[in-house]
Amino acid sequence: MNLALPLRMLARDWRTGELRILALALVIAVASVTSVAFFADRVRQALIRDAHQLLGADLVLAADHPWKTDLRDEIARRGLRFAESTTFISMARHGAAAQLAGVKAVSDGYPLRGRLRTAPALNVPDAPADGVPRSGSVWLDERLAAALGAKADDPIELGEATLRVAAILTLEPDRGASFFNIAPRLLMHRDDLARTGLIQPGSRVWYSLLAAGERDAVDAFEAWVKPRLGRGESLQSLANARPEIRAGLERAQKFIGLTALLAVILAAVAVSLATRRYTRRHLDGYAVMRCMGATQRQLTGLFAGEFVALGVAACALGCLAGYAAQLVISWLVSGIVAAALPQPSALPAAQGFLTGMTLLLGFALPPLLQLKNVPALRVIRRDVGPPKQSAIFAYGLGAAALAALLVWQAGDTKLGLIVLGGFAGGLAAFALVGFGLLHAAAALAGVASVSWRYGLASLRRRARTNTVQIIALSLGLTAILLLTFTRADLLETWRAKTPADAPNRFIVNIQPDQREPVGEFFAASRLPAPTIYPMVRGRYVALNGRPVDVEEFKDRERRLVEREFNLSFMARLPAHNAVAAGTWFGPRELESGALSVEEGIAKSLGWKLGDRLTWQVAGREFTAPITSLRRLDWDSMQVNFFVITPPRLLEGFPASYITSFHLPEAEAGFVSRFAQRFPNLTVIDTSAILRQVQAMMDQVIRAVQFVFLFAIGAGVLVLYAALLATQDERVHEAAVMRALGASRGQVLAAQRAEFLALGLIAGALAAVGATAIGFAIASQVFQFAYHVNHWVWLAGPAAGLACVALNVWAGARAALNHPPIAALREA
Amino acid sequence: MDGRNEKPIVKAAGLSKIVPLAGNGGTSPLAILQDIDLAVMSGEAVAVVGASGSGKSTLLGLLAGLDTPTSGSVELDGIALFGLDEDGRASLRKRLVGFVFQSFQLLPPLNALENVMLPLELGGDPEAGRKARDMLERVGLAERLRHYPKTLSGGEQQRVALARAFVMRPKLLLADEPTGNLDAGTGAGIIDLIFELNAEHGTTLVLVTHDEALASRCGRTVRLAAGKIQ
Repeated sequence: MNLALPLRMLARDWRTGELRILALALVIAVASVTSVAFFADRVRQALIRDAHQLLGADLVLAADHPWKTDLRDEIARRGLRFAESTTFISMARHGAAAQLAGVKAVSDGYPLRGRLRTAPALNVPDAPADGVPRSGSVWLDERLAAALGAKADDPIELGEATLRVAAILTLEPDRGASFFNIAPRLLMHRDDLARTGLIQPGSRVWYSLLAAGERDAVDAFEAWVKPRLGRGESLQSLANARPEIRAGLERAQKFIGLTALLAVILAAVAVSLATRRYTRRHLDGYAVMRCMGATQRQLTGLFAGEFVALGVAACALGCLAGYAAQLVISWLVSGIVAAALPQPSALPAAQGFLTGMTLLLGFALPPLLQLKNVPALRVIRRDVGPPKQSAIFAYGLGAAALAALLVWQAGDTKLGLIVLGGFAGGLAAFALVGFGLLHAAAALAGVASVSWRYGLASLRRRARTNTVQIIALSLGLTAILLLTFTRADLLETWRAKTPADAPNRFIVNIQPDQREPVGEFFAASRLPAPTIYPMVRGRYVALNGRPVDVEEFKDRERRLVEREFNLSFMARLPAHNAVAAGTWFGPRELESGALSVEEGIAKSLGWKLGDRLTWQVAGREFTAPITSLRRLDWDSMQVNFFVITPPRLLEGFPASYITSFHLPEAEAGFVSRFAQRFPNLTVIDTSAILRQVQAMMDQVIRAVQFVFLFAIGAGVLVLYAALLATQDERVHEAAVMRALGASRGQVLAAQRAEFLALGLIAGALAAVGATAIGFAIASQVFQFAYHVNHWVWLAGPAAGLACVALNVWAGARAALNHPPIAALREA
Repeated sequence: MDGRNEKPIVKAAGLSKIVPLAGNGGTSPLAILQDIDLAVMSGEAVAVVGASGSGKSTLLGLLAGLDTPTSGSVELDGIALFGLDEDGRASLRKRLVGFVFQSFQLLPPLNALENVMLPLELGGDPEAGRKARDMLERVGLAERLRHYPKTLSGGEQQRVALARAFVMRPKLLLADEPTGNLDAGTGAGIIDLIFELNAEHGTTLVLVTHDEALASRCGRTVRLAAGKIQ
């Protein structure tokens, strides 16, 4: 079909403003989706680009125990280069300053891919480094150097060794994104490791073997080594590089992506409202053209062509806006994604076009195609219109397409369906309650003045369109209330759950002979002596005599089963634990041996009361039945154990000890003194970790809030479209009232009454919506009781009234400025 | 020569339109038109007059194929209208019929020129702009080409509608109360214009009106009452 006429018609309709809402809704939806897609695409590309550097090698073998030498020999035999690194957390000291550091001890040759970068001092230009720190020296990253106040050539105490600062480490390619490695880095040579005396039985240490070489040789080695990997050993290659980064970013993207979809859903509503109005206004024009002899096919092609042209233009504009917006998102989350991101590909633009065209074809075409059924007879009989079409038939296809889009975007069928179901349920509830309240408000009409009576009666008369307005308004307001009141409440409730004197430091790695000296040190520092718990590392090997098969587990459960558990032993139930099922160890259990397990992990791993679990500790095995399930308060920040046995079972095994305590802020010097006295012990500042996690959460929330702006923009558009939907009718009614002698004041009062009711209902519904979502998030995500903020009940309706006040002002002006005679003639 | 010849451009035979009317005890049929026989010769000007509800507009709709009869037939330029499907009737209208309505039926988003261009554009005429401009000049609206319907007076809007009808050079012009929305003076001007254009283009005119004075200017008057020709 010739495109010239549809384009001319588009230009003509555009001039009169008929299509602007529709176009704007499309632009917002496409911009919202593409901004997130562009950002995700850049991150994905960066991960591929940096995979070698992220790994520091072509292949990395990691384990929680030292690797056997024959593996090194095998790597060498195959002609591959290799290097080693040992990673653990420890306290680094410089004079009186002490700071927890992520220590990485590396061999010569590290890293095999990518280069380290160093600078001679803080805040001076850096350059690629030559090799690794020489024996006797360390490189500190900027954060650690600043925290310790250390500069080049200063001595750093690490355990029992004293090493000299040789440089500031500015880039460590295989470090990954900054969020996932919380402790600042200290890089040292592997030859100095033994001197520190920090590697003790029970210490948490990560041993890595790095290999690189010809592609074929690497692949062959990978194939050879994979089946030979034991428990606690894993292989990272380019294919699964940094799964924690990938998983973390994917989760963040998914969350931001779902927010973007909210804008798409709202835009769908705006598109269908705008098209409905367009269609109603074009009924006559269509009939006239039919009269002039245009065929159905010709007119269908004309309108479809016009809308598709509009869609293409709007999608292109949306893509441009999306590109600009992703720059803002990248900037907002720059703390998570440390490296510079590559330019995005064109694929997200295609995704944006698909979204835009799905909206258009799904929600604009059905009402538009209805024009086809307008009989030409309408030119002489205005009461003849298109046959009524059921909403399910008209929008069924669009809704199905949107649902598919939503599930696809969520990247997770279940999550997508939950969001979709929640949205549909909420929509239905809003519609039902809104419709009911409209009728209830209309019932008040009998007791009001004439203008109010007329206004309130309009609520019932326009019940359908008013319900649409209420839904649109409540959705927009729910989003805003959620972002202001509910979010702040959730964070506040979460913070309040951790008492002010909750432990904020952990001490790990305490050796058996250090228990007493540690207690004495606390007493000497006038701090209450903390409870010191034993910790024995053991593997879970069999359930009721059946060996554990790792393959049966997935994700977190699999990681749990693959690694060593921290088991503890004690005779008395810790104060912050509660027995949820079974009974705590009695004399018989203390004698014969039993297990008390945390109820959450029991559920994850399929353990029940009475099950007999077999554990392997230091090469020996023992089996005991589960006699109790414990409920823990994880937010108490106390030391917690998944599995506890009576002392008798584990006493004979090598153990290290752990404790937590509350350090008042004024006592900050305690940590340095403690680290000096006990160099092998690690004091972990959990408040700092918490602060860092919160800072990261804040970045993601800021990005989500930014994307939410699209949703709010779309919500406002829906509201405006919904208002326009009844504006023609309002203008006509105002004209009739004016013609019958009503004053401007009376016309305004009637409209005010109607909008007042609309605003109040929508605001109240939004308050309910925001509170319900708050409850759901609190119970499902954070797992704590949520206390309703009563201000939300005031803020919701107030915000609703503020919105409609604007509308009354704008809408009524339009109605009153229209000369009554013109409105009556147009009818 | 008065432009007439003996070949009917439109011919209705046994035309009836009966609609079911919902009542208290179910539906009962209401005859809007009953057994109408009418032939309008090419070049003729016929007025259809009658009171409100006499079936005038329904007859006009059936003659143009905008509506379908319960029984009977209509031939347009010798072609049986109801033997064609909806699109077939539309194509026939495009070739033969022009319309003028009481409520003008201009498209609000289009200016005067675009309104007149529209039927030409729908027919793919490459000279739509020139022809429309010429026709608007002919009806005295050369200064109003870019004006939108809402900024034109009622008389001006009806002139645009006339230009839109005649620009297609129809053989048959169907006019439904063309002066119904206009004051007497303006209405008279429009009627003069219709007859002038009718003569210039040799068009056949079927004019529905309840205005006897207007009807008297047509060559023949057909009177409808309660759905029947008197």
